[in-house]
Amino acid sequence: MLVDKNSFVRIRSYVLSPEQRNENIPEDTAKKPLKMWVKGRLTHEAELFEEAEIITATGRRVKGILKEVEPKYKHSYGEYVEEIQLLRELILSEMWSDRDEE
Amino acid sequence: MKNNYQAVSVNEIMKKSVGIDYSIFENEGIGFDYEAMMNHSGYTIDDITSIQKKAMVGSTPLFELHNLTNYARKFSKKGYGAKILLKDEASNLSGSFKARRAAISIQVAKKLGYKGVVAATSGNYGAAIAALAAREGLKCIIVQECFDSNNVAQPEILEKARACEAYGAEVVQLSVGPELFTTFLSILSKTGYFNASLYSPYGIMGIETLGKEIAEQSMEMYGKFPEVVICTNAGGGNLTGTARGLKKSGATDTKVYGASVNLTGLHMASDNDFNKKSFTTGHTGFGMPFAINPDRSDVPRSAARPLRYMDKYFITNQGSVFFITEALAVLEGMERGPAGNTSLAVAFKIAQTLKEDEIIVVQETEYTGAGKHHQPQLSFAKKNGIELLFGDPNNEIPGKNIIFPKSAKDLVVQEVPLERLQKSYLKKHSGILLSDKDKEFLMKELKINDSDLEVLLNDIR
Repeated sequence: MLVDKNSFVRIRSYVLSPEQRNENIPEDTAKKPLKMWVKGRLTHEAELFEEAEIITATGRRVKGILKEVEPKYKHSYGEYVEEIQLLRELILSEMWSDRDEE
Repeated sequence: MKNNYQAVSVNEIMKKSVGIDYSIFENEGIGFDYEAMMNHSGYTIDDITSIQKKAMVGSTPLFELHNLTNYARKFSKKGYGAKILLKDEASNLSGSFKARRAAISIQVAKKLGYKGVVAATSGNYGAAIAALAAREGLKCIIVQECFDSNNVAQPEILEKARACEAYGAEVVQLSVGPELFTTFLSILSKTGYFNASLYSPYGIMGIETLGKEIAEQSMEMYGKFPEVVICTNAGGGNLTGTARGLKKSGATDTKVYGASVNLTGLHMASDNDFNKKSFTTGHTGFGMPFAINPDRSDVPRSAARPLRYMDKYFITNQGSVFFITEALAVLEGMERGPAGNTSLAVAFKIAQTLKEDEIIVVQETEYTGAGKHHQPQLSFAKKNGIELLFGDPNNEIPGKNIIFPKSAKDLVVQEVPLERLQKSYLKKHSGILLSDKDKEFLMKELKINDSDLEVLLNDIR
């Protein structure tokens, strides 16, 4: 998929390969590369999942693999959690049971 | 080739990016002149107050949590159950007390003529810096540790990124690892921006007004200073600044307690452990190491030195903090935290050991929302295989389960002997012949007298 110049995108790059990582970090972390994600506008048209360059909000030029076009915020309030409902009922009953019995 | 911090000239970058030459505060030997560093800017606490006022920061409400106080009294001996007060720091610009720290850093950056600011933070401080930078027309880059190696992000950190972007900042997100510091230094050096460090004197002076306001508001409301002020403790700045502000306002008898949520067993630099945490701050993973070695931060000498001010240190468990977070919502009508509620969980227990006419102040709240709220946090925990249980919170194993108490009377609070932290602090100096000046420095660092110091030094030898 070809993405237009000036599109707002997210890119990802590798800052350090596993061999370049610091000594004295946990083994599970040391085995993985250090990755970086930045958002901005494409300076040229680019293929999705190919190398691209962006200009960030502060005007920096950064290169990386084009990962996402018009990235959306995916965090939310999550799924229903029964334990929270139980906490709510427990607290209200412990606090107000005297009053409710009157 | 291994990545090497020395490859970048750290000190040079720091001098240029913080506007402070830290070398002038160094003593011969191990110590440095902390007060000289703190006073170097020439700002008085009243100057700080007026800078913050202009930035719509500070003067937050302090109020009594009547229902939570009564709830705690149900489990107290007759005549016991101190008034629990809350300082609603969520009402600061950007939604947390971090705006107090950011206001001063941004003011200094502007005054010194920097075009932009950079901060390494995954927390509320990023949003605070971004918001305050926006008001001053400064460019802003926030560097976050956000994703694990499977590209799964902590929902709480995603929300902070969103907030920073909402204020016009650029957010650089990294996968897990301490090498974030190298990326941070490289951005500082390439942009020539100001390092809005949480640990610079500016980052701490900004919090002194929080202590001052507590002292003044308590005096106005109750005719006395509070008996106890309790601070959620991570990097130590919150506690340090608050304690200094209390002292400057005459509240010298007020005890200052630290509180952290217990995440023992989870390694802060571990890729596997990263998304098993349900708290991104206010936990022992920061609280302990930063107390023991404050200078592990992003400036040569940290202005956050909690052992200089802490009277007691408590830990609680994740289940207890979530319990009290829910209680705050359904009993006081306040959705806050959860991370800032660590000290509230501890205060709820400590209040039961204090007399009814005594006052304990929880000095901080933070805004909540998508990603940050305890609902998405617990939902995320479940998705990562963390078991949610009701039972004895003492049995909680961070990274494996979260155990909620079955009653508010079973909230878990455990005191960490300060002596343990003091000994750990001293270990790095154990092989050195200490001069009188070194010892004087250590006594101030650990808030102990000379005979205490001798005993501790003997113990670790």
